[in-house]
Amino acid sequence: MSARGAGGLRGGGGFGAAGVILTLSIGILIIVVAVPVLLIFFNAFWADGSFNVRDVIRVLREPDTYQALLNSLLIACGTTTGSTIIGTFFAWLVTRTDLPFKRFMKGMFLVPFMLPSFIGALAWKMLFSPRAGYINRFFMDTLGFENPIFNIYSYAGIIAVECMYLFPFVFIQVCGALERMDPTLEESARISGAGLFTITTRITIPLVLPSILSGALLIMLYSMAHFGTVAVLGIENGIFNIPTLIYERIHQSAGSFASIRTGTVLASVLVVSAACIIWLQNRILTRGRYQIIAGKSFRPMELKLRGLRLPLLFFCVAYICFTIVLPTVVIFLVGGLKTYGLPFTLENLSLANYKFILFEHKLTRDAIFNSVSLGLGAALITMFAGVMISYVIVKMKTRGKGILEFLGMLPFSVPGSVIALGVILAWSGKYGINLYNTVWIILVAYIARYMAFSLKANSAALEQVHDSLVEAARASGASMWQALRDIVLPLVRPGMLAAFFLIFLPSLRELTVSIMLYAPTTRTIGVAIYTLNEDGETVISAALAGVALILIISGQTLINRFTESASSGKG
Amino acid sequence: MATIQLDGVGKRYGQKNVFTDLSLTVPHGECFTLLGPSGCGKTVLLRLIAGFEDPDSGAISIGGETVASASGDNLPPDRRDLGVVFQDYAVWPHMTVFRNISYPLKLAGIGGKELEERTQRAVDLVNLGGLEQRLPSELSGGQQQRVALARALVANPSLMLLDEPLSNLDANLREEMRFEIKELQRKLDITIFYVTHDQEIALAISDRIAIMDDKGRISQIGAPADIYERPANIFVFSFMGMANFLPLRRAGENLTAGDGQPFPFAPPGGDDYVAGFRPSDVILVRPDKAGAGFLRGRVRRTSFLGAMLDYLVEIDGVLLRTALESHFALERGLVFSEGEECAVGFHSLHWFTRTEAAKAGIA
Repeated sequence: MSARGAGGLRGGGGFGAAGVILTLSIGILIIVVAVPVLLIFFNAFWADGSFNVRDVIRVLREPDTYQALLNSLLIACGTTTGSTIIGTFFAWLVTRTDLPFKRFMKGMFLVPFMLPSFIGALAWKMLFSPRAGYINRFFMDTLGFENPIFNIYSYAGIIAVECMYLFPFVFIQVCGALERMDPTLEESARISGAGLFTITTRITIPLVLPSILSGALLIMLYSMAHFGTVAVLGIENGIFNIPTLIYERIHQSAGSFASIRTGTVLASVLVVSAACIIWLQNRILTRGRYQIIAGKSFRPMELKLRGLRLPLLFFCVAYICFTIVLPTVVIFLVGGLKTYGLPFTLENLSLANYKFILFEHKLTRDAIFNSVSLGLGAALITMFAGVMISYVIVKMKTRGKGILEFLGMLPFSVPGSVIALGVILAWSGKYGINLYNTVWIILVAYIARYMAFSLKANSAALEQVHDSLVEAARASGASMWQALRDIVLPLVRPGMLAAFFLIFLPSLRELTVSIMLYAPTTRTIGVAIYTLNEDGETVISAALAGVALILIISGQTLINRFTESASSGKG
Repeated sequence: MATIQLDGVGKRYGQKNVFTDLSLTVPHGECFTLLGPSGCGKTVLLRLIAGFEDPDSGAISIGGETVASASGDNLPPDRRDLGVVFQDYAVWPHMTVFRNISYPLKLAGIGGKELEERTQRAVDLVNLGGLEQRLPSELSGGQQQRVALARALVANPSLMLLDEPLSNLDANLREEMRFEIKELQRKLDITIFYVTHDQEIALAISDRIAIMDDKGRISQIGAPADIYERPANIFVFSFMGMANFLPLRRAGENLTAGDGQPFPFAPPGGDDYVAGFRPSDVILVRPDKAGAGFLRGRVRRTSFLGAMLDYLVEIDGVLLRTALESHFALERGLVFSEGEECAVGFHSLHWFTRTEAAKAGIA
C-alpha cells in the first residue's frame, strides 16, 4: 500500500479513494495556482532562449518600472505607519479605557473591512479632487480660499485613503491581544509600584508588539499589491505603483512581448516580497504567541480617561463620521444626481440613475449578473475544492502530502494582479486552451485568488474533527463514505459555509483581477464602476457603487446574523 | 463467539518496531486486560484488533475468522462486529445522546420501534435516562464516557475494545464505572479487551491480565492474584505497585545486606541477589524489640497520610518505603520521628538475580 490514510480513510477501498483524492487535490492546485506563478517567473527570467538575470535588471532600471517600485514601497510604508498608529490607538481606546459606547465603537471601526477601498477612493475623489471636489469647491467658492485645501491626487491622498480602509487589520489583531492579555502581568507591575504610564509603555506595549507587527505586515503586504486606490487617485497625476503599472502596460499594448516582460518582472518582485513578508510574519507570530495569551477571558484594568473622556468620544465619533459615513453618503448622493457637479439639492436628486442601471442599462445589468454568477461559481467550486484539499493536508497520512502543503501555502502569497497576469499567460491559447476574453478566465482567476480563504476556513474546521470521531463511526459499522457523510461533513459544514461567504462577498466587489481580464461583455461590478468613472460617467458609476454597497452590507449583515445564531445555538 | 487470536503479529512505524512476533489468545467471554506503561504499544495492539491499523507480519483472527494478515485484504473495522470505547470518548458533538447511541443500529438497518427500544435499553443500562436529547457539550466527562460505552454496546457486539476508558474520570466515578463494566460483561456474555496503564483497575476487573513491557513484549499472562503474588520477572513486580529492592551479597554460609548485616532468609541458590518486597511486606519495630532476622535501620522521613503512616527507612545507604496502619502504629508505640533508629523485618520476599536487576536499572 503506497497511499495510507488515517483511520477514517483506511480500509474499505482506502487505496483507490485516497489516491484519487490526493491526485485531484495536487492537480487542482498545480493547474490553478502553481502553473500561472511558474509561468510568470519563467517569462521574467527566461529571455532570448536562456536564463537571463541581466535583462531582468535592465527592465527594473527603466525609469517607469523603477519609479513604480519606489512608489509601491513609499505608499506601502506610509500606509503601514499610518494604519498601525491609528489601529493601535483605537484598539487601546476600546479595550483598555472607560470610553463610552465601546462595543458600538468597536463594531464601527470594523466597518471599513467590508467597504471596497476603490469605492472609498471614488468618494474621496468626489470630495477632494482639486477642481471638482465638493469640499475643495466649498472652501474656494463659499469661503473664498484661493487654492484647493487638499489635493487627493497625491501620495498623501493615496496613503490617507488606504489608511482609512486598512487600519482594521492592525485594530483587530491588537484588540484580540489586549483582550486576551493576562492582567496579572500588569497587576504585578502595579504592585511593584509602577504607574499606569510606565505599565503601558514598559509592559503592555512590548507584550502586544507581536500582534501590532503582524497586523502591520499584513497591511504592508496588502498595500504593496493594492490596485484600486492607486488606480483611482494616482493615474491622474502619473503616480503608478506595481499593480497599476502592470495593468497599464498589459491594457495598453494588448499583450506585446515588451509589456509582458515588464509585467512579469514586476509581478516576480511582488511575489518575492510577499513571500518575505509572510515568512517574517510567521516568525513573529510563532515567537510572540504564547507569551501574552492565556486563553481565558479576563477583565483587564481600565484606564480612567477622566477629563479626556468626552473629547476622545467626540474624536472617535468625528473620525467615524468623516471616514465612514461621509464617503458612503457622498456615493449615494452623487448616484442620485442628474449631472456630476450639481449641488446636493432636492430638485437635483432622484432615483433615475438607480433605475437606469438596474433596469435599462445593459452594461451595468450585465456587470451585476456577471459578478453574482462569478461569485457564486467561484465560491461553490473553491469551497468544495478547499474542503477536499484541506482534508488531504490535515487528515491523510499520505506520501506526497508535503508537495500539497507547499502548494496550499502558495495562494496566500500571490497577490491578485500577479494571479491575473499568470492566468493570462496560462490560458491565452499558448497551451491549447484559450479562455481569454471569456468569463471563464475570470472564474479560474477567482478560484486561484480565493483558494487561500477556503483552505484556511476548512482546515481550521477539519482540525476540530479528531480522528477518533471517524474511527468510532467505523467501529459502529459505518463504511468510509458513510463516516465522511455522517460525521466529517456535518462537523465541517460551518467551515465550508464560512469559506463560501468569505469568497462570495469579496468577489462581488473584486477589481484587481477582473480589470486585467475583462472583455466588453464580461465586465464585473468592480470593472463597471471603474470604467464608467474613467469614461466620465461619474453619476452612473456612483449609483452602481451604491448598489454594490447595499449588496455587500446586506450580505454581511445576513452572515453575521447567521453565524451569531449558529454559535448561540451551540453553546 | 469472539475468541481473539493473535499469531506472530508484528508492527513497525518507520524504523521503529512497536512489537515483533506477538502471539496471544483471548477466549470468548473473558475480560482481558492489556496492562503496560504508557508508550509501550498497547493502544497500537488494540487498533490492530479493531482494524484501524494493519499488521506488518502475522495474522489476527476474531471468532475463528481471519480479519487481518500481512498479506493484505483485511476486513475493515465496520465489518468486524465490535464496539470500541476511545480514551477521548469520541462522542459525536453534533448528535444528541440518543442519536449518538442509536447510530450503530441505524447503520445495521434497524429502524422504527426496535431502534427506539434498543437504544432506550442501552441508555438505561448506563444510567443516562432523561438526558437523551442533550448534546454532548451539555454533558459532564463521566456522562460522555457513558454515552461512548452505550454506543459501543447497543448493537450487541460480541467483542468490546476499551482504550483507557476511565482515565479521565474522577476517582469515585472511576470506581463506579469499573464495576459497571464488569457487571455488563457478565450480563451480556461478551469478550472485553481492555487496555490500560492503571494496575489497580486491571486487578479489579480482569479475568486475566497480560503485562506488556516498554519494548512491546508480553512479560506475563495470568489471573490478577497470580500476577501480583507471583510476578514472572522484576519488571512485572515493580510495575504492579510500589516496590523496594535490597541488594544482598553472599559471605560464607549466609547472605548479608548493607554493611555486612546478616540476612536470615534463604535464596533459591546462587550468589548475588536482590530481594524485592512491597511497603506492606515490611515489619517495622523498635530496635530493642528486634529479634533475630531483623536489620538495623534509621527512619529518614515520616509522612502521616491519615489511615497510613508512611516511613522512608535507610539501611546502610539503601532507602526503603514502608507503610504502617496508623492505629496499629499508635497501639504498638511505632510512631517514629525522623532520625530515630529502628529495626526492619519482612513478611515475604521476591528474589531476583543481580543481572536481572541491573538490566532493569535497579540496584
